[in-house]
Formats: sequence, C-alpha cells, structure tokens
Amino acid sequence: MSAKFTGYLLRRFGMALLTIFLVIVITFATMHAIPASPFSSEKAKSDATIAALEAKYGFDKPLPVQFLNYIKGIARFDFGLSTAWVGSTVFGLIRNGFSYSAIIGLCAAVLALLLGLVLGSVSALNRGGIIDQVIQVITIALVSMPSFVLATLFLLFFGLRLKWFPTLGTQPGGLFLPILSLALYPMAYTTRLQRSSMLDVLGQDFIRTARAKGLHWYKVVFKHALKCALIPIVTYAGPMMANILVGSMVVENIFSVPGLGRLFVNSMLRTDYMIIMGITIFLAILIVLMNFLCDILYKVIDPRIQLS
Amino acid sequence: MRLLEVENLRTSFFTPAGEVKAVDGVSFSLDHGKVLGIVGESGSGKSVTAYSILQILTQPGRIVGGSVRFRGKELVGAPESEIRAIRGNKISIIFQDPMTSLTPVYTIENQLVEAISLHTDRNKRQSRDRALEMLQLVGINDPEKRLKQYAHELSGGMRQRVMIAMALACEPDILIADEPTTALDVTIQAQILELMDRLQKQLGMAIIMITHDLGVIANLCDEVIVMYAGRAAERGIAREIFYNPKHEYTKGLLRSIPNIENDEKEQLVPISGTPVDLLNLPGGCAFAPRCDHAMKICLREHPREISVAQYHLSSCWRNVEEGIRTGMLETDETGEPIRIREAIPAEGGRTL
Repeated sequence: MSAKFTGYLLRRFGMALLTIFLVIVITFATMHAIPASPFSSEKAKSDATIAALEAKYGFDKPLPVQFLNYIKGIARFDFGLSTAWVGSTVFGLIRNGFSYSAIIGLCAAVLALLLGLVLGSVSALNRGGIIDQVIQVITIALVSMPSFVLATLFLLFFGLRLKWFPTLGTQPGGLFLPILSLALYPMAYTTRLQRSSMLDVLGQDFIRTARAKGLHWYKVVFKHALKCALIPIVTYAGPMMANILVGSMVVENIFSVPGLGRLFVNSMLRTDYMIIMGITIFLAILIVLMNFLCDILYKVIDPRIQLS
Repeated sequence: MRLLEVENLRTSFFTPAGEVKAVDGVSFSLDHGKVLGIVGESGSGKSVTAYSILQILTQPGRIVGGSVRFRGKELVGAPESEIRAIRGNKISIIFQDPMTSLTPVYTIENQLVEAISLHTDRNKRQSRDRALEMLQLVGINDPEKRLKQYAHELSGGMRQRVMIAMALACEPDILIADEPTTALDVTIQAQILELMDRLQKQLGMAIIMITHDLGVIANLCDEVIVMYAGRAAERGIAREIFYNPKHEYTKGLLRSIPNIENDEKEQLVPISGTPVDLLNLPGGCAFAPRCDHAMKICLREHPREISVAQYHLSSCWRNVEEGIRTGMLETDETGEPIRIREAIPAEGGRTL
C-alpha cells in the first residue's frame, strides 16, 4: 500500500510538473503573439528609448532565449520584473495581492462549505418541510444571481444606506462584504449539492442496516450518512477553493480590494504581460495543488477509490 | 406469554397517488426457537411486515393500526428509545441485498464493534474479540484479516455472513431474515441457508424467514404464512400448508413449483393475471380477479379467516362454501363462520 502510494505520489508530481510546464509554454507563446507591446503608449517614445527599455527587460533577445531565461527564473521563484509598475518584481506584486485574496478566499470558502454542509443536511433531513422549502428558494435565488449583482447590492445597502460596513476593502472590517459576496454562490451550490447527495445516501440500504442496529438517528446521519454524502462535495470543493482563492476580479474591483484579481485586470489594461504570465502560472499551480489534495481526501473518505 | 405477537397489523404508505395499504391486517405469533416463514410475491407486504415489527419503515410509510407485542410489551406507539433498545439487540434483521447493506466507508470491524458496544457493556477490546468470535461462528475464513477490510473487498456470500454475524452478535431472541438469499447465486444460497439452520439450532433464536421461495420455507420453517396483497391468505404449520393447502392462492403457488422427482413431462401451471394494484384493491377477496374458482361473493366481500384444520387458518370463501356443503361449518351466534368442525383448536384456543 505505502509503496503503491509513493509511486502514485511521484507519478502525480510528474504530471503536475508537466501540466505547469505546458501552461507556461502556452501563456508565453500567447503573450508574445499579441501585437501590443508593454512599452507602447499614447505618447510616442523614441526608437532609442524603446530599444533601451527592451534591452533592460531582455526583450531584445530571440524568443527561445527569452523563454529559457524565463523558465530559469521561475525555477528560482523569479517571475521577472513588472513593466507597468516600475521597480516591482512580479513575485512581490503577486505576493502582495495574494495576501488579500487569500484571506478573502479562504474565509469565503470555509464559510461556504460549512454553511452549505449544514444547510444542505438540514434541508435533506426535513425534505418537503417548511425549512427545506425556504432553504430551496433562497439557494435557487443565490445560485442564479451573479456575484457582481450581489456585491453591488451589498455595497449599496450595507455600505452606503445602512453604513454597517466600510465600502473600501482596505478599511478595518472592509473585507466582510467582499467575503460575503464571494461566499454566497458556492454556499448555495454546496447546499444544493449536499441536499441531493444526502437524500441519495439516506435512501441506501446501509442506512436501513444502521437503523436496524438500534443506532440513534444522529449516529445514523452523522456517522453513516454524512461521510458517504461528502464524496460529491469534495469533487466540487477542490476547484471551487482554487477559483475562489485567486481572487474575484469583479468583487475585488467593486470593493476596491488590492487583491490578485484586481492586479490581474490592471495588468491586462496596461499590457504588463510579465504579471499576466505570472498570475496565470500561479493559478495553474494552485489548481493542480488543489486537485491533488482532493484526490488524497477522496481516498481518505472513500476506501473504494483506487489511486492510480 | 408468546415471544412475539402481531395482531391486526396495518401499515400504509401515504404516496401522492393515495394510501397504499402495504400491510392490511396481519396477525401471527411466534414462540421461542421457532422458525416462521412468510411467503408471497413481490408487493405482498412481507418485507413491510418485518420493517413494521422493528419500525424501520421509510417515509412515507407508517403503522396505522394494530399491535406488535414483544414478550408482552407493546411496541407500536412505544417511545423511540425503547424500540432502539430492542433493534439489533433482541430482534435483529438481515436484508436481501448484502452488497449494499453494509456502509461502504467503514471497516467490517468498525461496523461489528459498533453494534456490539451499543447493546452490551463490553469495552472496545472485548467488543473486538466478540466480533472476531462471531466471524468465526458464521464460518468466515481468516477473520482477523476480514475485520480490517471494507465491504467492497468481500464477496456477496461473505457480506451476508458478516450481516448475520452482526445481527447475532448481541444474541437476539428473534432474527428476521428478509429474503436473505435472493441476491446470491445458488450455491451460496444453499450455504447461507445451511448456516442459518445450524445457527438456529446452536443458538436457539426464533427466525422469521421472509422469502418468495417455497423451497426455502419447506426446508426450514415450522410455521408458514402465505401473504397476498397485504393480508395473510393462509397460515398454519408447514406440514398443513404444503400437504393440505386450502386457499386457492397457495394451491396456485404449489402448482407452479417444478418437481424434480417427477419423471413425467409435467407442465407447470402459472397463476394467471398480474399482482394486484395496492392503490386500487378490489372490494372483495384481493385474489378473486386471478382465481379460477371465484364466486360472486368473492368479488363482493372479503372472506373471514376461519380455522380449516388443526393449526391451520385460511381466508377463502371456497372453504366456507365447502363447509356449508358438507355441513361441517361452525358459526358463531351472529352467523359468521368460524371453523370447520373437525378443526378443533388445541387447548387454550391456540391459533397460530
């Protein structure tokens, strides 16, 4: 088992490296294929200035050489220099933005998963009852409402009308509204997923066996049913975590949070392709990592799953 | 005092299409160490009867009337905690499909120990020892290894043995076996039945064997109930039911079994028609639409259960008619039929 598991880990690690390498190749190629240059601006620069800038950033070398240098840099966690924010490294900017996005994302993901699991289970256990119907209506509304609508509404009501929370993400307590706007969709989705998964499991034969043993219903639900019902949730939670951690462009912009999403948008507007590449690769690494964690979690929950 | 007395049990499922009377007035009783067979086709209410005894019905089913007494104690309407103390402890059940009846995400050990420590005050180690002992008792090879395994790592027959081990771990007075061999292949079926027979003799518990296989009943059971559309069509000691069937449905069932000892080319006689729609029960005898000998009264009025021989009850108008024709029918003071005269009940008015 353990030898098998080590083999699995190694294979998996190799696959992850390959995936990330492919992402680097594709983003690098795309970024260099676009006609706009990071140094083009409304005020025309002299050819000599542009040549000097390109020489400074190493853009004057042939593409393969640039690519090799880029790869060498990444191996040392050096993603190059930002062209738009002169004097900043891409790594520093990403770290800075991620420090906001990670807090928002982590809080939102935990909130979404916890609430979703509880509400979904409650809903399933009260199937057809009033509580279930109320939860169903609310989650349908939340699932079908895009986050920018929610975020704008929150900003308007809680921020401007009621003045319960600050409207700027950088103010103390300012992260509450962005966390809420980011959490509600995955929360509603998790609730619905958990409800159907729980109902499915509660109808299984082994639940009848557990009841026939004389177990108290909470033991039947929380020991026997819950663990099985979690399996679909894990599938959803991995990509959801990765998505939510890298920050939401929309929500961060609405609440002026200087997070990764906002950095991404701004760097696109300023054609700073070093940052665009950096964030894309960072995102790829995060998603690969989350998927890997999910697979491990699967194995922990469900012994039937063969890792291969 | 009888070990288990079920009286006029009625269980219904309240579906959007209407009330389905899955069990509609079933009565029987069971003594220590006896094997009772409940036989009938799909949808006749066999399993629902069993689930009603343990009250493990699923929504939207519930007991709507009657009584279930275990050692004289009424279970219908008893608080949930009292029922829980009986489930898996005094009355255990094993199910039709062992493939899906064990929780897939816990080890066999976890599930066995859970059942044992729930009803006894053994500690964890003692519970584990007991689990091991039970696995040996049900004839599982390499029990130490099996404890560590998950349900999906065992074969169907082995899983059913684990189910039996779990059910018997707390030494119940009654084991309900709900079609325990239906999902298994024939050789494994025989092994499981043999095992149950051996354990019954060894441990002395009573068994309620639910099946649609008359062969299983004939081999194991002391008493038999033949169910049709939620009611007992005929019940009595096994010998009477097999050699002296009185109800047209039972006769039909027996005619549809192939006889291996008969050399002649024998045509099997199936029961014509289809099982009744429980949402739309006919007014009279539920079997009347399929019965070759149905009379006018069969379609109008449900037959009363009468004693047709010693330890043998049947609900069929044909028995009443025959009793009247031969002048052997006894009626009560209101003129309702109660028994065929030669069928003298045993002392104490014992009915099955």
